Amino acid sequence: MFSRTYRNVVTLPPLVWVAVFLLLPYLLMFCYSFWSVSPAQTIVHSWTLDNYRELLRVEVYWQTLLRSMWIAARVMFFSLLLGYPLAYFLSFCAGASKDLYYQLVIIPLWVSYLVRAYAWKTILGSDGVLNTLLQYVHLTRHPLEFLLYSPFAVVLTLTHIYTPFTFLPIYASLEHIPRNLVEASNDLGASPAQTFWRVIFPLSIPGVLAGATFAFVLSLGDFLAPLLLGGPSGIMISNIVVSLFGAAYNWPLGASISLCMLVLVVSLLFASERLEKKWSFS
Amino acid sequence: MELLVSESSTRPSGWLWAHALLVFGFLYLPIAVLIIYSFNGAGVGGFPPRDLTLAWYRILFADGAIWDSVVNSLLVAAAAVAIALGFGIPAALALDRAHFPGKALFRRLVLLPLILPGIITGVSLLMLFNRAQIKLSLLTIVLGHGTALISVATTEVFAGLQKLDRAQEEASLDLGATYWQTFLRVTLPNLKLSIIGAALLIFTLSMDEIAVSFFLIGRDNTLPLEIWGRLRRGITPEINAVSTIIFVFSLAAIVLWYRLRTRAEGAPEIAAELMEPAAQGAQS
Amino acid sequence: MATSEQLTRSTHEPSSRSTLLEVRNVAKSFGKNVVLRNISLQVAEGEFLTILGESGSGKTTLLRIIAGFESATSGELWMAGQRLDTLPPYKRRVNTVFQHYALFPHLTVEQNVGYGLRVENLDKGEIASRVEQALAQVKMTAYAKAKPSRISGGQQQRVALARALVKRPQLLLLDEPLSALDANLRRQMQVELKSLQREVGISFVFVTHDQEEAMVMSDRIALLRRGELEQVATPREIYSRPASAYTAQFIGHTNLLSGEVRQGVMHCGSLSWRTREPDGPVLYSLRPENIRVAGHAARPDAVRFRGKLQHRAFHGATELLRIECNDGLIFSVRTGAREDWQGTPEFEFDPQDAVRVRASAEKG
Repeated sequence: MFSRTYRNVVTLPPLVWVAVFLLLPYLLMFCYSFWSVSPAQTIVHSWTLDNYRELLRVEVYWQTLLRSMWIAARVMFFSLLLGYPLAYFLSFCAGASKDLYYQLVIIPLWVSYLVRAYAWKTILGSDGVLNTLLQYVHLTRHPLEFLLYSPFAVVLTLTHIYTPFTFLPIYASLEHIPRNLVEASNDLGASPAQTFWRVIFPLSIPGVLAGATFAFVLSLGDFLAPLLLGGPSGIMISNIVVSLFGAAYNWPLGASISLCMLVLVVSLLFASERLEKKWSFS
Repeated sequence: MELLVSESSTRPSGWLWAHALLVFGFLYLPIAVLIIYSFNGAGVGGFPPRDLTLAWYRILFADGAIWDSVVNSLLVAAAAVAIALGFGIPAALALDRAHFPGKALFRRLVLLPLILPGIITGVSLLMLFNRAQIKLSLLTIVLGHGTALISVATTEVFAGLQKLDRAQEEASLDLGATYWQTFLRVTLPNLKLSIIGAALLIFTLSMDEIAVSFFLIGRDNTLPLEIWGRLRRGITPEINAVSTIIFVFSLAAIVLWYRLRTRAEGAPEIAAELMEPAAQGAQS
Repeated sequence: MATSEQLTRSTHEPSSRSTLLEVRNVAKSFGKNVVLRNISLQVAEGEFLTILGESGSGKTTLLRIIAGFESATSGELWMAGQRLDTLPPYKRRVNTVFQHYALFPHLTVEQNVGYGLRVENLDKGEIASRVEQALAQVKMTAYAKAKPSRISGGQQQRVALARALVKRPQLLLLDEPLSALDANLRRQMQVELKSLQREVGISFVFVTHDQEEAMVMSDRIALLRRGELEQVATPREIYSRPASAYTAQFIGHTNLLSGEVRQGVMHCGSLSWRTREPDGPVLYSLRPENIRVAGHAARPDAVRFRGKLQHRAFHGATELLRIECNDGLIFSVRTGAREDWQGTPEFEFDPQDAVRVRASAEKG
């Protein structure tokens, strides 16, 4: 459809950019993970596996990673719990207002993460809105401490952030289901509930997988919510990376953790993709 | 075939309504609290809000540092749009039409920042700039945003290309226009809405970007980082005020973007093409 | 010859069979858009009824109302003595073959066919045997384990049929099921569907816009135009005794002869013939095959005309000629294929073959 010069003009610039600003940095990260930092705070460019050994040996890295995965899993679970029925509601029950509701869902998605995380902080604190409200209506006498600076706060905030993210692919896959399949199912004698479990849900699985993957992966790598709301018990793996690139100044170690995260995330994405392919029937 | 507008698909049960209401409430609660308390004389927290006042907004408008950071953010966002579109449009064209070795890898790499936690993009770029001995500044932030947001531009323009009728371009060539002329006179105009939508989205995302910027900031702050800095030092209700303003602008931008996109392509596709390329396999 | 008034709303009652489905004064509007006006129709046991109409006539809407996917704005549906329209689709003993088959993509052919039985919670063994039987009936046994995406359109259609029939409904609805197939496959399926219906013995209500298809397959045809029933009759009846100009033109080719009756003689252009119709303006429908080349012996009653051959369309066994007469009349004549036509040939027809029809309003 087009000439070679056209093709080259079109493909080379993005290829170059991607190579320089995406591929190269990852390769660099790979290299850094095998270097180390000297006591004088300079990078020593001798190749070593020490960083990885340290990751395996020191407990705090393991524990934090597991805690991060547990938090991410809960965020994923609750986002799905909130997002799926909402997507179903919009797709099948909303009728003419579907468009309006859709806009209502995506608006929070694009409104500053920071703003929303900060808002939760003001709500959950001991002097925050929720605690003072509960005391005002005499439901509690003292502020509930666990609300803020805890994994609970992180899970709550991240669920809030990522529910619309989970909603989107589920909604897309529900919308793609031809309505005549629903009619056919009804025609053949299935009640609405049966139609949902036997036809609608199986066909929406790719969307569910995509949404779940998003919520899990993005929560796993989040460091802002833990910094704002997590407190000491809510530290996640990315916070460790942040400090290693900051005050703790150990770039190689930080790079090794980042690389592990990258590998983990990419593997999850691959696995999710394959599952989605298996469950997509169009 | 007859054009049918079918009646209600399913009659929603009470539970679904209640659930939907609950989720919308959950999604908008923090925003509502933020806005209400930005007018609260007693500051952040406490219930019920008292003393309606514009004091915090006044303090906000007098705050020089915030305004500096706003200007910085605007500059960065504009530059990010330029980079993202400048590289994202060709990338979309390449993915849609060209065949070259490494296309599958290219596709994945371009779309990766969409789903990758920002910290990885930020940290890896930091190491790059460090090795290349580029000092951290607004420039490095611009490069970071551009890189992260090319994926958004590519996705949006790619979707627009899918909807483009190839026959139009073929007709143009048939009538004697060159490839370049066809691109300028036929392809680009058809992509207008996608490009504008993408620009709007990228601008908004750049204004709010914090994860990547966190690692690449030099002396000058962007707005989110300025707010972040203050948050670390303690909460002031000023933050509520600036957050409310950010919300209003984001709202306007997103609604505008949505209207543009549904005019171009229809609603569900937006979700689909944002998620599918990132989550699905190689379709090259 | 029946008068036009009697033919207007002819519900030619099916002979001895009892009524299965009764559509009583059904009307349907979508907002301000009136799609069906006051439809009353009966479907007999074991009958193959076709609802025929152009797009926009309301035929699919009527079918969907019977299936339960739309509810009528007014009117009632009764089946086998019970009220039907108050039941949701999954409680009706009615099943549908959808236009684009609507096979479940995530289930195999076998699972698709068994779906309706599984939701009834029947015993697994019974499901398996009934599914096997149904697949054999539509000759799809070999594809039992295939997924719908792997089989052709014609095969999908058979599976859709089996899926509906395995439920043993009282009434089977078919929404233009053959429209997506190519011509030869279509003709083959028409024959198969007809014989299947005979074999299974249940009532079929078939929707199509293809009048040839309707004539081939149906026991009776219900012609729908702009939401109203033009005529309901057997194919032969509807063809040889169309009630209106629209019906005459929609089904097959025809010549519409418009003129005036004065004192027992019909005048149309320069032609005239005796008639029993009362004086006044009149419209006749004359089928092209009822016009023949004028023989040497002049038949006493035959009406003759002569004209120039304007156009001929070759249809294999026959030809359709367009003849223009001096007085401006234009005739379509169907004759056997011939090599050549000389000069201005002469044709004739018997006045009995001209059927009086009601004039039909033009579309706005």
